[in-house]
Amino acid sequence: MTVIATESLSKRYPRVTALDRLNLGIAPGVTGLVGANGAGKSTLIKILLGLAPATEGSASVLGMDVRVDGARIRERVGYMPEHDCLPPDVSATEFVVHMARMSGLPPTAARERTADTLRHVGLYEERYRPIGGYSTGMKQRVKLAQALVHDPDLVFLDEPTNGLDPVGRDDMLGLIRRVHTDFGISVLVTSHLLGELERTCDHVVIIDGGKLLRSSSTADFTQATATLAVEVTDYAETPATAGSNETPANAEQPANAEHTANAEHTANAEAHEHTANSEQPARLDGAAALREALTAAGLRVAAPGSGEQTLPGAGHLVMVDAADESTYDIVRDTVVELGLGLVRMEQRRHRIAEVFQDDPQSATDPAATDSATTDPATTDPAATEPTAGPTAAGRLTESGGRDDTEGGGSHVR
Amino acid sequence: MSADPTPGASGSTAATGPVAPPRTPAASIHNIGYRKYDGERLGRGYAMRSLFVQSLRGAYGLGRSAKSKVLPMVLFGVVLAPSLIMVAIAVATDAKELPAEYTAYPLIMLPLIGLYVAAMAPQSVSRDLRFRTTPLYFSRPIERTDYVIAKYSAMSVALLIFVGTPMLVMYVGGLLAKLGFVDQTKGFALGLVMALVFSVLHAGIGLLVAAVTPRRGFGVAAIIGVLTIPYFATTIMQFIVYDEGSREAVSWLGLASPGTLMDGFQSKFLDGSTDFPGSIVPSNTAGICYLLVIAAVIAGSYLLLNARYRKAGL
Ligand SMILES: Nc1ncnc2c1ncn2[C@@H]1O[C@H](COP(=O)(O)OP(=O)(O)OP(=O)(O)O)[C@@H](O)[C@H]1O
Ligand SMILES: [Mg+2]
Repeated sequence: MTVIATESLSKRYPRVTALDRLNLGIAPGVTGLVGANGAGKSTLIKILLGLAPATEGSASVLGMDVRVDGARIRERVGYMPEHDCLPPDVSATEFVVHMARMSGLPPTAARERTADTLRHVGLYEERYRPIGGYSTGMKQRVKLAQALVHDPDLVFLDEPTNGLDPVGRDDMLGLIRRVHTDFGISVLVTSHLLGELERTCDHVVIIDGGKLLRSSSTADFTQATATLAVEVTDYAETPATAGSNETPANAEQPANAEHTANAEHTANAEAHEHTANSEQPARLDGAAALREALTAAGLRVAAPGSGEQTLPGAGHLVMVDAADESTYDIVRDTVVELGLGLVRMEQRRHRIAEVFQDDPQSATDPAATDSATTDPATTDPAATEPTAGPTAAGRLTESGGRDDTEGGGSHVR
Repeated sequence: MSADPTPGASGSTAATGPVAPPRTPAASIHNIGYRKYDGERLGRGYAMRSLFVQSLRGAYGLGRSAKSKVLPMVLFGVVLAPSLIMVAIAVATDAKELPAEYTAYPLIMLPLIGLYVAAMAPQSVSRDLRFRTTPLYFSRPIERTDYVIAKYSAMSVALLIFVGTPMLVMYVGGLLAKLGFVDQTKGFALGLVMALVFSVLHAGIGLLVAAVTPRRGFGVAAIIGVLTIPYFATTIMQFIVYDEGSREAVSWLGLASPGTLMDGFQSKFLDGSTDFPGSIVPSNTAGICYLLVIAAVIAGSYLLLNARYRKAGL
């Protein structure tokens, strides 16, 4: 059974190709849709909701054709937009009740399900207060609640972690996981951060410039060697402010074009060059400094150009081999010594980047849409070490660049 | 895809290291059994009716904060007051007829009704645009036209109540004062026709202007501007051409503003008398043009609103 299927789906605007002959087959579960700004994620959701006609190709959601069954699809799916969409002067309860009725729920059911759903997303007493006074995290929960209130079979969550601090992000990702495991609702969640979806999703689809780059299951990748992902702030002595070195969510087309152009020439671009595009030049590269210090301390640190660090928007994570418990202490002490702010440090069972580090053919093969394309045997336990040859990200941008020249410039203006 | 409340489900984020943020207690509290919904889904027509009712109530501040009730209720009281006074006078003085015609009532109250439209049309449509709530509507079973129809009819009905209720007061008062059942009923019926056309026309103009000026405050000013400036300009022009002796031009000029349009319409078709200089009633040809212009403005508002929401999209 597939919940979403697209065939040669294209969407062309006068000046850009937002989607370029996309073939997808998405099974029930939690699927991550990853791509840089302007990759076409929101456009895909719009088409799947039956709200924008595709220029070419076809798509079906829950077995219904988006062109003819838009209204029926929308009765059965939920949608959480990437932007603010809440009126500040009504309470969460009033708002979600109204939205439940707009989904076709009778008045009593609308009220009951609103109370249930708000509780499930973690809103309690505050739900009677006007939304205007909510924190970003609470607003995201209201947005999620309105997408779930009618108990859909599938929800589209467009960048649900946008604007959240690391704790809020983890809570939201946990909640999204539960939407599937506890509520039995399939999820399509978009993000420009590949790293954050790895623990949440059963399956990850990466698009770039409207083209499918890879589509792989994350299930088989449980690695014995634990890897420690460390995220630090750039400024010395800056408090670990929320998401300070997250790739800006609102970086628009120019930034993206620059990013593609940069990486095209230097496949093994330094990780910090990626983020340097959109940040002040005066900024100290905290990740590089930490990497150096940790190597000096005798830890095995992944090279900056390898793995997920160069994937779109992965931020500058430092990946360390966690040999034993003492690694944590060394990392923490080093961060303190360098005077950096520690945004987070977490253990990874596997790294999603590895999923995309092998099998170069399938990277551009449109047929690589089923979950079986990933071969566990190719997962190199030493993947945390510096890798030779083109990395996933190198290929990611390489293929984008090649397609640009072939297809007459897809999304880069 | 059945509900499967796994207590350990939140463990999906448990692979965090020692300095990872502690799990909030809320995370475990909201792990309570999820109930699937397999009740009725009433679909598009019901959703549209719900939106209509919500918008209509909203036009009087109902279901909203106490603060948002003040303005519509005060305006409603003010628009009602003259009708009560008229009735009181008629009853007290044994008058032969009411001091004003039914069809003239909306025209007498024109500035006040303009104020009401200016206050309520933006709150009906601009908020959804300003706070970008429209994508949430359009990701549900209703279509964009359904949204427009629900909003347009709600605003029209709100206005109909606003101008029709004073007429009802006059009618009841007229009967109590024994001013003649047939006369009063006929006057009231014509008044309601006037109220209906007036409401649909003004709702269309008000919503359209509000939908293209979603910024707070701007919509209010723009609606007042659109309803009053042409009205005064037209009236002045009418007096100028009347003084120059071109009587025919007076009624043609009347086509140029919503207020004079309604004035000419009711004098020509609903037995009313006009405020035009010399109380000129439009000729037959001009009268047809009045009907055409009214129909065109209503249809145009509706079509342009649809176009506006096609663009507003997601
Ligand atoms: N209505 C439109 N008219 C013209 N171009 C558009 C329109 N909507 C989107 N685009 C373009 O299509 C491309 C894909 O946009 P889309 O919003 O789908 O990207 P996205 O992956 O959601 O990016 P983000 O991470 O910024 O949300 C972009 O280049 C964008 O400029
Ligand atoms: Mg987007």
